[in-house]
Amino acid sequence: MQKTMTQPELAAIEVKGMTREAFIMRGAIAAGGVYGLSTVGPFVGQAMAQGGGGDVDILNFALTLEFLEGAFYTMAVKDVKDLSGDVKELATTLRDNELEHVDALTATIKDLGGKPVKAPGVDFGDAFSSQDTFLELAQTFEDLGVGAYNGAGPLIESVEVLAAAGSIVQVEGRHAGVIRLLRGERISPSAFDKGLEMQEVLDAAKPFIKA
Amino acid sequence: MSKTRTREQGDGEVAALDQLAREDAGSRAQFLKMVGGAGAAGALAIFVAACGGDDEEETPSGGGSSDTGGGSDSGGGASKGDIAIVNYALTLEHLESAFYQQVLESGEVKDPKIGEIAKSISEDEMEHVSALTATVKQLGGKPAPAPKTAFEDVIAGGPQMILETAASVENLGAAAYLGQAGNIKNKEILAAALSIHTVEARHAAVLNQVVGKTIVPDGAFAKPATMEEVLKTVKPFIKA
Repeated sequence: MQKTMTQPELAAIEVKGMTREAFIMRGAIAAGGVYGLSTVGPFVGQAMAQGGGGDVDILNFALTLEFLEGAFYTMAVKDVKDLSGDVKELATTLRDNELEHVDALTATIKDLGGKPVKAPGVDFGDAFSSQDTFLELAQTFEDLGVGAYNGAGPLIESVEVLAAAGSIVQVEGRHAGVIRLLRGERISPSAFDKGLEMQEVLDAAKPFIKA
Repeated sequence: MSKTRTREQGDGEVAALDQLAREDAGSRAQFLKMVGGAGAAGALAIFVAACGGDDEEETPSGGGSSDTGGGSDSGGGASKGDIAIVNYALTLEHLESAFYQQVLESGEVKDPKIGEIAKSISEDEMEHVSALTATVKQLGGKPAPAPKTAFEDVIAGGPQMILETAASVENLGAAAYLGQAGNIKNKEILAAALSIHTVEARHAAVLNQVVGKTIVPDGAFAKPATMEEVLKTVKPFIKA
């Protein structure tokens, strides 16, 4: 079943703060069948965020998570006692990658004329008490990051920003796979890393962010 | 009346895509003859010809988006370009799926932990094949066939060679998806592609770790691969 925009000039009209296109997409996904793509419906998951925000908002959302992860691995490398060789090497690589992501996202937001969010205060509780507790939370963060970027991806307007996000999320996927390997978990929780809604991601990250 | 600029108008590369996507008897017969005769390598040649090294050629964005407010392809069903991209992904997934099945059947990978990893990766790839096949059909296209594979030498090469090849193929697959993300018009298909992309990334990193390579060969920012690069690299694994 095909549906075409017969009045394309309406495409740009804002509906409740969203572009009409985004509004239609949300309705279509909710209806679950307008595009005859019910097979891919499960992949979309809850990918559409509440309200539009533009690429800068999406990048700032990503930046918040990268700050969180960067801080997490920086502290882990210092504070977790008796990290095994493999895990210490991994934690160091992850720290370095996330810090580069922070720098790149910050620069991109500025290039787009936006204002990058500042590094949030963080609190990881007793995650650093052992290698096991560290890896457990690392897995949570990396899987969360994958879902966050995958959820945001279809909302990104600029093809360059999408390329950057894709380039970063692939690395998050790499991180996630290896952490799971070291924990003896299945390396992919599912054959499809579904996108998560922005609010869901922020709710999951909230416990670790100090006001 | 839709102002959509149809891709049939004067786009040389679209003829090849049409052969893949159209259901009418004449084109379908031609497609089947081509696939039957030249095998999947012929089908891949069509992808290469259609999508070339310049990824921009396959998007209708040039003249189309300004006429249609950017909405007609992403909002109104999948374009033929999207079908071709899904079929490209499907071809790669067929290759991966076949490879792992052969690996598991061979019993060459003796380490039980690594065997478990290969099994879980195999399961993922089979699900990718199913989902992408169904997606192409739902989009009104004809799913790319499973190519005849040529992995015998790899498997005969033993576990290390098998795992290194697996790592290579997964890293390539991840780069392939990344390379196409910007070309996909329909947002649902993009979401699907992204959801598979990161799973390939998981596979790639784990296999790299297993064979002693860095989990992030491109560093903090993964690099995309063009369709041409990818198809050229996998060509040795396809029987003509």
